[in-house]
Amino acid sequence: MVSAVVFIPLCAALILLFIPREEEEITRRVAFGATVLTFLLSLLLLVEFQSDTADFQFVERFSWIEDFGIQYAVGIDGISLFLVLLTTLLMPLVILSSWDDIHKRVKEYLFFFLLLETGMIGTFVALDLFLFYVFWEVVLIPMSFLIGIWGGPRRIYAALKFLLYTMVGSLLMLVAILYLAYLHHAQYGTVTFDLLQLHKLTIPPETQIWLFAAFALSFAIKVPLFPLHTWLPDAHVEAPTGGSVILAGVLLKMGTYGFLRFAMPLFPAAAHAAVPVIMALAVIGIIYGALVAMVQPDLKKLVAYSSVSHLGFVMLGLFAFNVEGVEGALYQMLNHGLSTGALFFLVGVIYERRHTRLISDYGGLWKQVPVYAAVFLVVLLSSIGLPGLNGFVGEFLILLGAFGANPWAGVLGVSGVVLGAVYMLWMYQRVMFGPLRHVENTKLTDLSRREVAVFVPLLALMLVMGMYPKPFLIRMEKSVEATLARIQLARPLPDPTTPGVERAGDRDAIQEVSHSATD
Amino acid sequence: MITPPPVNWLSLLPGLILTVTGLLILFWDLWMKPEERRLLAWLGFIGFVAAGIVSVLLWGRNESAFNGMLALDAYALFFNVIFCVVGAMTILMSVHYLETVEIQPGEYYALLLFATVGMVVMAAATDLIVIFLGLETMSIAVYVLAGMWIRRLQSSEAALKYFLLGAFASGFFLYGIALLYGATGSVQLDKIATAATTGGVSSLFLVGIALLIVGFGFKVAAAPFHVWTPDVYEGAPTTVTAFMAVGVKAAAFAAFARVFLHTFGSLHAEWEGILWVLAVLTMTVGNITALVQRNIKRMLAYSSIAHAGYLLIAMVAGRDLGGAALLYYLVAYGVMTLGAFGVVLAVGRQGEPNEEVSDYIGLGLRYPVLGAAMTVFMLSLTGVPPLVGFTGKFYIFSAAVQAGYIWLAVLGVLNSVISAYYYIRVVVNMYMYEEGGKTIEALSARPALVTAILLAAVATVFMGVFPSASISLAKESFLPPG
Repeated sequence: MVSAVVFIPLCAALILLFIPREEEEITRRVAFGATVLTFLLSLLLLVEFQSDTADFQFVERFSWIEDFGIQYAVGIDGISLFLVLLTTLLMPLVILSSWDDIHKRVKEYLFFFLLLETGMIGTFVALDLFLFYVFWEVVLIPMSFLIGIWGGPRRIYAALKFLLYTMVGSLLMLVAILYLAYLHHAQYGTVTFDLLQLHKLTIPPETQIWLFAAFALSFAIKVPLFPLHTWLPDAHVEAPTGGSVILAGVLLKMGTYGFLRFAMPLFPAAAHAAVPVIMALAVIGIIYGALVAMVQPDLKKLVAYSSVSHLGFVMLGLFAFNVEGVEGALYQMLNHGLSTGALFFLVGVIYERRHTRLISDYGGLWKQVPVYAAVFLVVLLSSIGLPGLNGFVGEFLILLGAFGANPWAGVLGVSGVVLGAVYMLWMYQRVMFGPLRHVENTKLTDLSRREVAVFVPLLALMLVMGMYPKPFLIRMEKSVEATLARIQLARPLPDPTTPGVERAGDRDAIQEVSHSATD
Repeated sequence: MITPPPVNWLSLLPGLILTVTGLLILFWDLWMKPEERRLLAWLGFIGFVAAGIVSVLLWGRNESAFNGMLALDAYALFFNVIFCVVGAMTILMSVHYLETVEIQPGEYYALLLFATVGMVVMAAATDLIVIFLGLETMSIAVYVLAGMWIRRLQSSEAALKYFLLGAFASGFFLYGIALLYGATGSVQLDKIATAATTGGVSSLFLVGIALLIVGFGFKVAAAPFHVWTPDVYEGAPTTVTAFMAVGVKAAAFAAFARVFLHTFGSLHAEWEGILWVLAVLTMTVGNITALVQRNIKRMLAYSSIAHAGYLLIAMVAGRDLGGAALLYYLVAYGVMTLGAFGVVLAVGRQGEPNEEVSDYIGLGLRYPVLGAAMTVFMLSLTGVPPLVGFTGKFYIFSAAVQAGYIWLAVLGVLNSVISAYYYIRVVVNMYMYEEGGKTIEALSARPALVTAILLAAVATVFMGVFPSASISLAKESFLPPG
């Protein structure tokens, strides 16, 4: 079933090739149908998912390249489940939103998106490092095409920068993956790329540092962790709306997912050693991203830099190495996918009408396009973490975790929340309130039905995830705990307190907080 | 009376088929009406296919001929198949091209076959003198092929340059053989191997090895012996360039690997340092120089240098895995490079070569199939999964990591990133720029050429997604050293 979710988009992409170019409507319908089908199938995964085990579920394994012990192995656990769902949810919305938006080479546009979907889902479900690497790289090419063909004026520069940046990191990771496989050969006599087998390796700490560095570089570029973020504003600003949504919504999560799935559990000692560095970079990213976002005259750039800040939070949570932090980070990955995805959709909507993204070209839209403004407000509040909406739960858990791990990181992280509220609300004020100064804006039309259809599921999820996070957290819990247990093994000093009990209590407290906030 | 030694005809069969076909073409050409000359192409094609099929049928045999001077083992057969496929593909690409550039088909196809005979001999030779014979048979034919585009001045320049530098390389190679003979008293590979393991290594021996490296270095276009490559590749007829970039390189590596990984396998520690440096130099020089090329043939020339560098990594890694990786990569490299040259041919037309990278602007939009094929080749050359170029690199870097050459692997992947820039630039031109280049009105893609391109594209994708069979084949074909 997992394979079906992975490969339906690919099959649809191949079908698209045989549809004549002129039949745009059919092309769009096929693509949309395929993504909806993928989404429905992935819902089935959610329904059948067992939340009481940390093991991988729905596992499929076949030998692929026997000489290297490479398997086609896919499976889902609490960490990947929702990321897959996020991907499958965003894809139909992206295609829906492009209906009125993209008229140039529609067939290729959809082809690349479907290819991209296969790559992204594959990345999240691969249990074999070789397979993971293949999917990881497959994602790069369609994304570069999407930026390079349908992007803005500097699209080619942005596409190449994105491609080369990501490739540097991932190729070094390839060497590290090979090293692991042959280390397994040295220790157990067989070459394997199976993640679960590789967990058994005993890797000396000095070697771990190198391997961790190779993996971390690749993931940190993708996240992006300060100071490796410079490709992101270019890519986001130049990409077409759908590309930005997927880039922010899913691609960045591939980086944080990589840390949690591979870099941390495979090299726990190195991960512990790297905590100060990564926490520092995460905090710098939070504050720097927020400050730079504040001074952006361009809406899309503002959202792009806000991603740097938000992903800093995610990294902070991951490297807190406690259940709150990691679950918060996972939760925040989903939140960011929804809210930043929605923000890019919103910027796209208005850009499509006015062909400008400069904040100064707007103002007073509140009266002209009330529905748009209302949707924007909810999304924005979700993004800044207003209690009752999803962002709050994630940020709260992360900060809780961060305070537990390193109070300073927590304190500085909180300042990021404040700054986030500042730049978002200030932007909102300049765009929506005040007099309607520009004549062109008086012709703006409100959201079309199709656009409303894009936002409804996103807004609904923001509310649900904000008010009732339990069904999400409970499915993540076992996997997160198991991953943490692996990492804790290498912890230099064991925690004298009884963390399990306390932490469970904390989580209930959060749920109460988020409930009471919405009442 | 001197009794001639018995001849094992079976071991000569593939080479014989090619020779006879070549001679037939030469004679038939004399009586043929000019407008029928296209038939020569198909005769040559049949010759290659027949030789290839015979090689496949002979699979599993282990024949030896001429008192151990030639061997028909899995290794030789593997390469025979590569050469025959390269030859057949070259013919498919040449049929129409020869008419546009006005090259006499008779001589051209005959030389193509004779060059391949030389390659077959090189891959099968187990004696340094026989390797040299094969090398010269191949080289002399290719010198002429490079200069056959009489209307183009650079073609003559290419032939002359290739000939002069090739002659030097042969000189080095022969000198190396002489020194090895002095050191060990034999030119037979197995006797030299025995001498190397038992008798210790004299400085004479080492100098001989070094000279062989120079000789092979020229033929595989490894830096710093690569300077002839771009000019020759650019000047030669494009089909010949493709044939050189793939066939000649594969043949040179066939002999190179047999001598170094088998015969000198026990001396690995003595030569790995030199090859390590050569590998890094070759990759880096090839890739960095390719970055600034505007002519796509020159770009592919430098890219072929860079790929020789990756292949040298496999040589340095050595052992079974390195050898198998080398064989596999040659197949991968061959498929994607032939395809890329096929596209270059399709884009060029009579009197309008369209060889600038900027000529490719907008090509992918006007010719979707051709554009998609070129994208596949360029991405595969970069090493993007799941294409065959990636599997090949994966194999080579695996061998390097397994043998402990982590840094070599790291330098290799960094080079892949550099190469991404110039390969992707072609794709960027094809799809992402909308104007600025000249509009290519029509393609000179005829059925034969299109078949060749599509075959290469399908192989590039298929062998990338399902590499198991080809990997096992490469593994079985590489004899364990010693």
